[in-house]
Amino acid sequence: MFRMTIAAALLATAAPALAETHVVTPGDGAQERLQEALIIAQPGDEIVLEAGRYAMSDGLSLDVEGVTLRGAGMDGTVLDFTGQQGAGEGLLVTSDNVTLRDFALENPKGDGVKSKGADNIVYHRIRVTWTRGPHPENGAYGIYPVESTGILVDGVKVTGASDAGIYVGQSDRITVRNSIAEANVAGIEIENSRNALVAHNIATRNTGGILVFDLPSLPVMGGGNVIIENNLVVANDTPNFAPPGNIVAGVRRGTGIMVMANEKVLIENNILSGNPTAPVMVIAYVQPYDDARYNPLPREVVVGPNSYDGGGYDPQLDGAEMLLAAFGGELPPVLWDGLGSLAAVEGTAGWSLNLTEAGKGLGAAQPGPLSVKAPAAAFDRSGIGAPAALEARLGG
Amino acid sequence: MKPATALLAAASLALAGSVAARAAFFQPVAAVGAVNDDAVVEGMPRLLSQFGFFTDGAGQAPAARVTPYRLNTPLYSDGAEKLRFVYLPEGKRMEANGDGLIDFPVGTALIKTFAFGEGSKRRLIETRVLLHRESGWVALPYVWNAEQSDAALAIAGARMPVVTPAGEAISYRVPNKNQCKECHGLDDAVIPIGPKARNLSGEWLAANLGEVPAGADRLAVWEKRSAVGADAVARAYLDVNCAHCHRPGATASNSGLDLRWEQDDPHALGVMKRPVAAGRGAGGLLFDVVPGEPDQSILLHRMLSNDPGVAMPELGKSSIDREGTEAVRRWIEEMPR
Repeated sequence: MFRMTIAAALLATAAPALAETHVVTPGDGAQERLQEALIIAQPGDEIVLEAGRYAMSDGLSLDVEGVTLRGAGMDGTVLDFTGQQGAGEGLLVTSDNVTLRDFALENPKGDGVKSKGADNIVYHRIRVTWTRGPHPENGAYGIYPVESTGILVDGVKVTGASDAGIYVGQSDRITVRNSIAEANVAGIEIENSRNALVAHNIATRNTGGILVFDLPSLPVMGGGNVIIENNLVVANDTPNFAPPGNIVAGVRRGTGIMVMANEKVLIENNILSGNPTAPVMVIAYVQPYDDARYNPLPREVVVGPNSYDGGGYDPQLDGAEMLLAAFGGELPPVLWDGLGSLAAVEGTAGWSLNLTEAGKGLGAAQPGPLSVKAPAAAFDRSGIGAPAALEARLGG
Repeated sequence: MKPATALLAAASLALAGSVAARAAFFQPVAAVGAVNDDAVVEGMPRLLSQFGFFTDGAGQAPAARVTPYRLNTPLYSDGAEKLRFVYLPEGKRMEANGDGLIDFPVGTALIKTFAFGEGSKRRLIETRVLLHRESGWVALPYVWNAEQSDAALAIAGARMPVVTPAGEAISYRVPNKNQCKECHGLDDAVIPIGPKARNLSGEWLAANLGEVPAGADRLAVWEKRSAVGADAVARAYLDVNCAHCHRPGATASNSGLDLRWEQDDPHALGVMKRPVAAGRGAGGLLFDVVPGEPDQSILLHRMLSNDPGVAMPELGKSSIDREGTEAVRRWIEEMPR
């Protein structure tokens, strides 16, 4: 790691293992004072952001291991990036074992908090809000850990992201829970990642609630081993406001939980209500690609028991009128394109496009009722979720 | 006060954002004409003069063993004039590493001063130093005072108004110490970016390394780029201005875009590549580079923006590089469809 080696050495000699607290207050020079604290902190130190509104002119960054950045609550300490003039995100974290908790970011120009190559990170009670609500010029991601192992996102709230509120990319050992994603294009998105647990969240008023994607041509490939359970996925009915060109710009308004090109995904014990295109959608990747490592199909996806209410009544799909007529006014809750492999517990109502080839469009679709087998065995949960050690940082 | 304590005190003073000179904490300035090797290998001197890199700071007159160099194709920094120097300690030498980054011994300092204005109106804005220590490279930013007599450590960076050579009034950003790593970071270490043999003149290499390695001096000399094909000019520009982040192991690795000179896979270079996490940066466009269609190419769109969250590069740019964007436009225009 790159840090102030000499200062670290001196401190180690003088006062070994004595964690310090750096207190930062709002007011003049907050940008420089906070950034200085983020630089001079030593591993194990805590930076305390006192309550108040902090006017930020530039992005912040943290590159010291083991630091805790703590505010006075997600409504008490607000980092206001409305006047941000530079950098691609509000806060960038590039060191391991960092804890971020109890503060808010408002109106960052790009992403909210990005952590890259930052293993064992905890996001606890962080709020990222674009205050004008859904808008294509809002930043892309609210909470954005990428290329990391060990991620615990707990009790965060993201509103207004023009891509995904909570986005975990190219990572491993992930838990996203007890969080609220509201009025984003995608509420929660797990992309090209493995061993992710998404549980006890509320995803509402997004275009799509919870997405699990695997995309080609990324450094980290092969998403899978994902559990989506005990989430409230309600009224995801905001028209898609993503700038065209982004992968989520193709997400249909009213998508509850969507799985695209992944393996071993379990969806169970969720409450899905008021998702007018499809409460659950399981599909193959639809674009052309050139990547020998890539499998565009959803494989071994399991739909367990969920509670469905008011789904598929206003689908944003080609031929919606005919489909609605054919299915009696409302599409059944689970939509599968027929590609890859899907299992569902007995009694799961659904429909299939019965496609036979990926990436060929809907021309060959022969919609019909879903007919798949029940899961053959219990879902293997081993190794899924953030390492238990991250829990210990949530106290206080 | 023990030297170590004094050093910490000096460092914390600088960290506290104090700009006022506090003579009591100064370390003795090195004798004129000699670089203070101790300052290169440890500590964080509060003032640039403590290194002794210049016999005349305002005039940027280098001390002994401090050698100026230029890059064939430079990194655009709002049109700033950039004065580059390398300091090598007594008895040490640098060595070529193919056409890539020169191998510099521990004790080396790379020094880069950013200036705006010409002749008597030239103002030095900041000097960034990269110090090669036993523990690796350390990057520190120094901001020049109004009198131009010295520059002070500005670990949290700074903003200041400047007028670019194009006549544009901008808020110029001095990066903070962490932001240094955003461009200089590779596989979790800090490394120099600029001094690659392929981007240095054969003459300079021969004089300072005693050899001109194969592939050296290959990137276009920017002022003479009209004599070179659009492809070579643009690829040199992208290598120098973008590839320190857009390559495996660096800040933008997760984008999958690799703009290094040595990359020859069109898809990795962005041709018909869809963006991954560009968000609104994509500007409604579908692909990074669409051959023959510069205005349909996200890469050029982002270079032409000044809006944080859209603008590329993310750091060190407050104004658009007209020459660079023109070079990239030509490259895309002439690309076979």
